[in-house]
Amino acid sequence: MKLGLSDEERMVQETAREFADSEIAPVAANNDAEGRFPADIVKKLAELGFMGMLIPEKYGGAGLGNFCLVLALEEINRVCASTGVTMSVHNSLATSPIIKFGSDYLKETYLPKLATSEMLGAYALSEAEAGSDAASLKCRAVKDGDEYVVNGTKLWVTTGAHADLFIVMLRTDTEKRSKGISAFVVERDTPGFKVGKKENKLGLRGSSTTELIFEDCRLPAKNLIGEEGIGFVIAMATLDGGRIGIGTQAVGIAQACLDASVAYAKEREQFGRKIGEFQAIQWKIADMATAIEASRLMVYRAARMRDMDVPHTKEAAMAKLFASEAANRAAREAVQIHGGAGYLKDFPVERYFRDARITELYEGTSEVQRIVISRSYLQA
Amino acid sequence: MKIGVLVKNVPDTETKIKLTSDGTGIETQGVKFVMNPFDEYAVEAALQFKEKIKDDATVTVVSLGPDRVVETLRTALAMGADDAVHVWDDAFEGGDMLTNARILAKVIEKIGFDLILGGKQGIDYDAMQTCAAVAEHLGIPQVQIVIALELSEDKTALVARRRIEGGDEVVDIKLPAVVTCEKGLNEPRYASLPGIMKAKKKEIKKIGLADLDGLTADDVGSMGSTTKIVGYESLAQRPSCRMLEGEPAQQAADLVRALREESKVI
Repeated sequence: MKLGLSDEERMVQETAREFADSEIAPVAANNDAEGRFPADIVKKLAELGFMGMLIPEKYGGAGLGNFCLVLALEEINRVCASTGVTMSVHNSLATSPIIKFGSDYLKETYLPKLATSEMLGAYALSEAEAGSDAASLKCRAVKDGDEYVVNGTKLWVTTGAHADLFIVMLRTDTEKRSKGISAFVVERDTPGFKVGKKENKLGLRGSSTTELIFEDCRLPAKNLIGEEGIGFVIAMATLDGGRIGIGTQAVGIAQACLDASVAYAKEREQFGRKIGEFQAIQWKIADMATAIEASRLMVYRAARMRDMDVPHTKEAAMAKLFASEAANRAAREAVQIHGGAGYLKDFPVERYFRDARITELYEGTSEVQRIVISRSYLQA
Repeated sequence: MKIGVLVKNVPDTETKIKLTSDGTGIETQGVKFVMNPFDEYAVEAALQFKEKIKDDATVTVVSLGPDRVVETLRTALAMGADDAVHVWDDAFEGGDMLTNARILAKVIEKIGFDLILGGKQGIDYDAMQTCAAVAEHLGIPQVQIVIALELSEDKTALVARRRIEGGDEVVDIKLPAVVTCEKGLNEPRYASLPGIMKAKKKEIKKIGLADLDGLTADDVGSMGSTTKIVGYESLAQRPSCRMLEGEPAQQAADLVRALREESKVI
């Protein structure tokens, strides 16, 4: 496996790093404290091409691929996980199903607007009774002429309050289970569609998580992605990419935890010495750094496999599982190294600790990742 | 209008510099090199001129140095420069500022530019000589360390602003000319992702000694140099500060004793 970065990969990483440090880092703590969505930052990210990384050049995107997306996402998440998840969902979950499965009409209509973030994207799969068991979703789409009539409610939609375009998984056939699900593009101003309650969360407070409500909402049939019944296949293929994105988010948060801990260990003195001179701290730093390296290599590999278009469901699940658990250990140790200071909002590790927690929960819980991974061995 | 920008790559400001074993140079192994920060202002200034002029303005970035400078040229192309020229030859190794300026002047003569921009100094050697010497070799005017720059309507002259003690100096300068850029001139743009993709496809032109008429191996590199760095020395570590304690009278007595007995200055 190739380990080094090509010239253009290095430049993508450097641009993302410089942008993250100069434009996002100074406002990240404040956006978290005020629960403010970083709309201005998203716009600037789009101007540089970061909101259309997977979109082919002919539709106005950067046409780069998943590996470059991972390089950029780590840098953005290192300074602000709220901005990171917004960018990740938009690229991996909203643009990718249209790129991979959409008709020419859907590509031509939506990809150029998604590339510039004139339309911001979101993705809706979960429902009240369909979380880890996504195939049991009930939200219903009934064909009526050249339209579908949609009724039901979706939950846990990241960027829900700010998105203009939603990729929504709906049931088109009640007889079949996973094969009765279809994927649709829904525009925000469609009559009968509205964004519901905004959740009050532990972390990612600069990102919105909302309900979506459909009441006799009529969708044009041409907004169907692919054909009827392949929605679950689209959802799972999309989630593989989403998991790589969340694994990368975990790497970014963990790296931030390490950077903050190293800086603090070199600064803080107790018993007449820098605390970094104590073995108790040194071992924590060593363990954090090692787990981060391993996590990073796992998401790199999964992303390279996705770009090569070879099966990578297991690798994406493993990368997401390992990286998210490593990030939570790193966040806990970062707070521990900071002592009481780490419990205060004056230090960034308090935010990292809250933001890290979600990486073990969304895009499939750690338990679901373990089901996916073990299935690839036991049912092969 | 043809605009040339001289860029160099320098160790990242966060790099810990180590000396080579003979103490006459820095260890480049494992050092991260980036575009000289002052050269970023020069690239940005060139791109802004190009955007303003539109009609056939081109921006060409030129860098003299070993293969690693190609990275910096690619970065400039990704920011939006049209062409890049990599100037290198084994014979160029070890050249001082004046010698390098001699080579760059020949390159500029060969390509032909209406305006040559550069950073006010390289943050590695801090010599501030190369751009000035290039202008001298070419026999064209130069204005150094500018914080504002405007092109005349007929595109034959520039108005440059320099910050001096207590105010600004405004200079009118006829083209072709060499201008060096100071922090504050502009806000350098990021390389955009489409820019990076375009830069990948662009060819970087190479120029070596054989391409430059009138220069021989004796004129360039260490052979042609009239200055030579003979060594670097670290500053002696300053002794750590000692705080005196006790009542003011006691502290004064301790201070006098320390100055007399330990430092022996009184």
